[in-house]
Amino acid sequence: MKIAIASGKGGTGKTFVSTNLFWVASQKGIDCVLTDCDAEEPNVAEFLAGEEEQVEEVYQQVPVIDPKKCTFCGKCYEYCSYNAILYLPERRMIQVQPDLCHDCGACSYACQAGAITEHPKLLGRVTHAAYGIGQQLIEGRVEVGIYTPVPVITRAIHEAGNRELVFFDSPPGISCPFIATVDRADYVVLVSEPTPFGLHDLQLSVATVRKLSKPFGVVINRAGLGDDAIYRWLEQESIPLLLEIPFDREIARIYAEGGLPSAVNSSYREMFSRLLTQIIQKRVS
Amino acid sequence: MRQIVIISGKGGTGKTTLSAALAAMGKELTVADCDVDAANLHLLLQPSDESRHPFSTGAKAVIDQQLCTQCGACMDACRFDAIRYQDDRYTISETSCDGCRLCMRICPAGAIHMIESNGSYWTTGTFRNGWMVHARLEPGEENSGKLVNVVREQSRLLSEKKGVDTILIDGPPGTGCSAISALSGADLALLVTEPSRSGFHDLKRVKQLADGFQIPSAVVINKYDLNGKLLDEIEEWCRQENIPLIGKIPFDPAVVEAMLQCRTVVEWAPRSAAAGEIVAIHRQIFQS
Ligand code: SF4
Ligand code: SF4
Repeated sequence: MKIAIASGKGGTGKTFVSTNLFWVASQKGIDCVLTDCDAEEPNVAEFLAGEEEQVEEVYQQVPVIDPKKCTFCGKCYEYCSYNAILYLPERRMIQVQPDLCHDCGACSYACQAGAITEHPKLLGRVTHAAYGIGQQLIEGRVEVGIYTPVPVITRAIHEAGNRELVFFDSPPGISCPFIATVDRADYVVLVSEPTPFGLHDLQLSVATVRKLSKPFGVVINRAGLGDDAIYRWLEQESIPLLLEIPFDREIARIYAEGGLPSAVNSSYREMFSRLLTQIIQKRVS
Repeated sequence: MRQIVIISGKGGTGKTTLSAALAAMGKELTVADCDVDAANLHLLLQPSDESRHPFSTGAKAVIDQQLCTQCGACMDACRFDAIRYQDDRYTISETSCDGCRLCMRICPAGAIHMIESNGSYWTTGTFRNGWMVHARLEPGEENSGKLVNVVREQSRLLSEKKGVDTILIDGPPGTGCSAISALSGADLALLVTEPSRSGFHDLKRVKQLADGFQIPSAVVINKYDLNGKLLDEIEEWCRQENIPLIGKIPFDPAVVEAMLQCRTVVEWAPRSAAAGEIVAIHRQIFQS
């Protein structure tokens, strides 16, 4: 079963939920892997230290145009849907802007003059680490300033393979990186908080997850710090509230330092254990 | 024109709360909400929207089964693994399609066409201390970076027209396309962080991004009193990196109370500790 832990806006505690869920599952001896798909800002490693086993690099192909072979017909420029080709025929200038290129291959297909060759460009890395007794941590991490993390995320998810439980710590937002992750999950846990921002972003995430037709439930973090508008909305929409995590300064302190509340506090351990059981039951039903 | 971008790498550090408070103070300015995936600034600034403009985020390819001869050329060419052969037919996954149009161009039977995605839009309006440009990305659509570019461009045009000389940009989380679009060409990047391992980690990455664009940065630590150990580490790092640390906002229930009223903390609780610190931050940015 693949479980994505996600939130519309960042900072609601999705990594908090995913690391604790994974920890509880691994304590139970379940065959599981936690995949950090928040490749622009991967944070799982701040909380869970595994033993690094393997690092692979992820590349994309970037086309390069040889001006000596180019006939300046403009076909590649016309074919590029991303404005990645700078084409100034009157100055006999043509160039691919690597930052805008999506590696779609349309220009190579278009060029009849054999002027385009493709060269690899490093996007990021996927790291495998062993954890516990056969469990695993996988991290996707893009280089700073790379336009899209999607190829790195896709690779990280691919590497996670099929285990009894696969957790995805999803990227924030409702755009491509979020979709690339959530689309591959069987169940989605949306983490939010009881504030107007939290509610607004949750509504957007719910719309996105519904578009993908994924079953989902909601965890409310920092319960007690806001108001009850979010609860009314969940009820209205008949969305299951899986868990409320109270705001607790002591827990916030432990977590801020990279500690795992489940590992040091039995009531948190029980809380995440219950959450895990609830999620697993969703598969059966 | 001076453009100040507020950015954090990690979400949830209080970037939007700070942006809204800074926007509500001092001289009239233009605010650009560039966190188009989770645009929340309008909840606190409550602009009256004057005009709304649709934005096409791209297109998705669709196969007309009547025309498809099942040659499979599109599947071989697609680099996004978006085309599948299942139950004796070729179909394109909407979520994997990147909208590059290559399959449409390749298909010898002319069976593929594109459907534009145009549920997103951007809006300009006024709020109590100036003008505002914000946007809504249709859930699940791509190209948030392009939409951020539009918001930036429109806020510049609007400022020129209205004779406003400052643009305040609320940036998105991350270090990818939308963060790049929000940062490029800004005059100052205000990096908002919190004293936690992950906040610190993301602060370093976003600083690297700002450096890549040669944009000077300054740091604000939000909820600074939640963890003394991490606070020390971040302060030490700022000294080493020579980045001005221009504010430390305490954890203050007034911030959440203000948000629940959909107000900024400087307006709702001007005497609170958080508001006092934000006023001091405002002074440092705008009077130096
Ligand atoms: S590979 Fe695609 S995106 Fe890149 S330059 Fe060629 S046509 Fe444009
Ligand atoms: S398609 Fe080939 S020959 Fe034509 S402009 Fe592009 S690179 Fe030059």
